[in-house]
Amino acid sequence: MARYVVNRLAQAIMLLVIVSGIGFAILHMAPGGPLSQFAASAQMTQEDLDRVTKQLGLDRPLPIQYLDWFGRMLKGDWGRSYRDGEAVLSVISSHLGATLELMATATIIAVLLGCWIGILGALRRYSLFDMLATVGGMIALSIPTFWFGLVTIYVFSVKLGWLPAGNRQTVGDGSFLDLLHHLIAPAMVLALVETAMWGRFMRSSMLEVINQDYIRTARAKGMPEWRILTVHALRNALLPMITVAGLQFPTLLGGALVAETVFTWPGMGRLFLDSIGYRDYPVVMGILMFSATMVLIGSLLADIFYAVVDPRIRVG
Amino acid sequence: MATAALSTVQLAPGQAAWRRFRRHRLALAGAVIILVLVLGSAFGPYLLPFDDTYIDIMKRFAPPLSGAHILGTDELGRDVLARLMMGGRVSLSIGIVAMVIAMAVGIAVGAFAGFYGGVVGAVLMRLVDAVLCFPTIFLLLALAALTEPGLVTTTVLIAATAWMAVARVVEAQVRSLREREFAVAALAFGSSNLRIMFRELVPNAIAPIVVAATLNVAKAILLESYVSYLGYGIQPPAASWGNMLNNAQIYLTSAPWLAIAPGLAITLAVTSFNFLGDGLRDALDPRMNIP
Repeated sequence: MARYVVNRLAQAIMLLVIVSGIGFAILHMAPGGPLSQFAASAQMTQEDLDRVTKQLGLDRPLPIQYLDWFGRMLKGDWGRSYRDGEAVLSVISSHLGATLELMATATIIAVLLGCWIGILGALRRYSLFDMLATVGGMIALSIPTFWFGLVTIYVFSVKLGWLPAGNRQTVGDGSFLDLLHHLIAPAMVLALVETAMWGRFMRSSMLEVINQDYIRTARAKGMPEWRILTVHALRNALLPMITVAGLQFPTLLGGALVAETVFTWPGMGRLFLDSIGYRDYPVVMGILMFSATMVLIGSLLADIFYAVVDPRIRVG
Repeated sequence: MATAALSTVQLAPGQAAWRRFRRHRLALAGAVIILVLVLGSAFGPYLLPFDDTYIDIMKRFAPPLSGAHILGTDELGRDVLARLMMGGRVSLSIGIVAMVIAMAVGIAVGAFAGFYGGVVGAVLMRLVDAVLCFPTIFLLLALAALTEPGLVTTTVLIAATAWMAVARVVEAQVRSLREREFAVAALAFGSSNLRIMFRELVPNAIAPIVVAATLNVAKAILLESYVSYLGYGIQPPAASWGNMLNNAQIYLTSAPWLAIAPGLAITLAVTSFNFLGDGLRDALDPRMNIP
């Protein structure tokens, strides 16, 4: 077990190095490179630019610059926002809570609903419910999240007036109920794709398990059906869902960006888009690296957790 | 009797695949819808009396079916149907061209990694893993923000963020096919590595590649709609399904039809390509059939 974890950790660190290399390459692709902010200013002469280049060490060979940059990233120095000079990491962390709140809510909805749909679909394979769920799931995976958001706003805010059309809270309110009221629509929109994914994976995982020999054995020895399903089938069918959770993470983050934009939710995704609008490259890069690192850690945790609950994995 | 005897007749692989595909009603429906969308976008604009960029301020916000404009007009009085068709040209073309580029890159990377294995394979596949760590939309927007938006950039950037899944599929296929007799035989004949890779191994992996390509078109159309909706893809006055939704949110209360038509078009196209991919998966390789 320890060997597996160490192995997997080493892999993740190697990936982090490559990820940071890609990030560094993108940073230098920006017009004017890391100096784009100063280059755009009319008050900067070429001499000033040359001096700043030297001061910031941008005249050094690229590999050395990369090591320097990577070292500073590790120490938590991610640069400063062009917009207000605030440290990038603190800008990100001040927006993280809203995003996590949205993502967690959507995930809870998606896991409960998706697993229920998937399990029922597998147990009643090719029934009307299963067919509708499969087709509906495919359509859900194909709807652009932002458009579903627009439709939700139109129906529930414009027509019915039940839900607010955006933001995290009413100005001056912010009670629990008010927050919840604002959370429903964006969480639902974000949960749509996730639910479809979970339903699909849960269905095929459950189908695989209920055709196994040990299920037949359990039936043969006269175990009640509910006990077979809950104790034997479900427990094993849920295992691969840990991997799904890890795999789903990037999609979830991307979906959060879109949902936050449509519902003017003050999270990391909206911050990312605003920063792109302002050409605030340090923040853009910071969020890009931050999200990639989150994905990396997510898949690492999923793998390790899976190995903990399923001993077969550690050998392979 | 006659039918029972018929069914035991060995069908040519192509015929058997076609039969399995025909059984997949939704895939067939998807293929038909795609055909209608493609033909409608290609030839529809010639049948309309309106130009997609013609601005008519006097006729702003005409609701659908309220006169000559079947789907109404937008905030500048442009005909929504004309824009939908011209936008279809852009969105569908981006979907298909981006797929072709993504397939080319993905197949090349996957074939090299799967064939050579070892350090080359490991490095290439770790690169794939690393790019996959970036949530697609974040990466796409960051790259789009650094470049001049336009048709070519949008297409290339979508391809740049969509080739990894293909590379994984091809790598796994090539790695397992490499050990098969025909590949070993080709090697014994003295065929060059490149020849074995692209004339022997890749063609034998064509079934999963075709499926991946179809699903890739769906993904590319979806991604185009995201970047263009967010303002970093196709720029007005040119229409795309994504950028038609760009302003739709502002006029959601007064002119909801502006949001409905392009959104339905995207959903219809993406769903069709997804169902088509599903059907092809069932038809081309029964073993790949996910229950």
